[in-house]
Amino acid sequence: MRQHTEWKEGLTAGIPIALGYFSVSFGFGITAVRLGLSVVSSVIISLTNLTSAGQAQGVQVMAAHGSLLEMALVQLVINLRYALMAISLSQNLDPKFTLRHRLIAAYGITDEIFALCSTRKKPVTPSYMYGIILVATLGWTLGTLLGAAAGEILPAQLISALGLMLYGMFIAIIVPPAAKEKSILLVVITAAVFSTVCYYLLPFLSGGFAVILCATAASLLGALLFPVREEAAV
Amino acid sequence: MMTFWYIFVMAGVTYLIRMIPFSFFTKRIKSVMLRSFLYYIPYAVLAAMTIPAIFYSTGHFLTALGGTIVALVLAYFRLPLIVVALAASGSAFLLSFFV
Repeated sequence: MRQHTEWKEGLTAGIPIALGYFSVSFGFGITAVRLGLSVVSSVIISLTNLTSAGQAQGVQVMAAHGSLLEMALVQLVINLRYALMAISLSQNLDPKFTLRHRLIAAYGITDEIFALCSTRKKPVTPSYMYGIILVATLGWTLGTLLGAAAGEILPAQLISALGLMLYGMFIAIIVPPAAKEKSILLVVITAAVFSTVCYYLLPFLSGGFAVILCATAASLLGALLFPVREEAAV
Repeated sequence: MMTFWYIFVMAGVTYLIRMIPFSFFTKRIKSVMLRSFLYYIPYAVLAAMTIPAIFYSTGHFLTALGGTIVALVLAYFRLPLIVVALAASGSAFLLSFFV
């Protein structure tokens, strides 16, 4: 019974992610085909990678006929943040999360799925995470397929506005805890200021790398100024 | 054939980055410093990803700004994620007819 509820809870929680992914991956599909990839390749990339920044850069490497080493390094740097997230997430898992479940669910650690799982009050169960991953992957893959196959059909204004979906969701995740806890507010503002500085003053830093630097610095500051005692932490 | 290897490397590296720490980091972390750091990481990552990128997410600064303000206000009142996200996009879409 509980298994069933957890699964359904995951599916529901994943819907906003799926909608946001749909709009973003729609754009990815358009780009990938423009760069010369087939519709099938674009869809397979989305299905096997499930990551926005890494894929966007990956198809650029493919279009430029970069080496496989370059491809590996680009993915490593852009997606390194997932390693931090995976460690953080590993601290809030239900005992049901055996090695087999971890091996499977690791596939679905994305910024958004991580955000949902790590801010969950209850420990994360495999069923809950699989529920989110299933709808999110569906949205991501379907969006890529439609974008790659029929990018020109939707009005441009609508596609542009959909670009805000994911960020709107991020805001919905961080604002309530930041309004409640001064320490989180400080970390959020610090990260935002650092990231803005990186964006305008250090434009040579890649997006993925800038996020790693800013998030690490802001979290370190939070940990130094407001160390979290037992219960509240992760 | 090269396309296959590109996708293979891309997907392989991305999976390993997620899988290795997730699967083999099963101990409870004791250090208060490290636990605190990991506690703040999600908020810091999301904030760094959102600002300033959100202002460029619609292709027009003013529509993005409008959507951002709507999202901030609705999020402050703890509306569900999907409501906040759709309202932000919806207001940016409506604004795009005026700017």
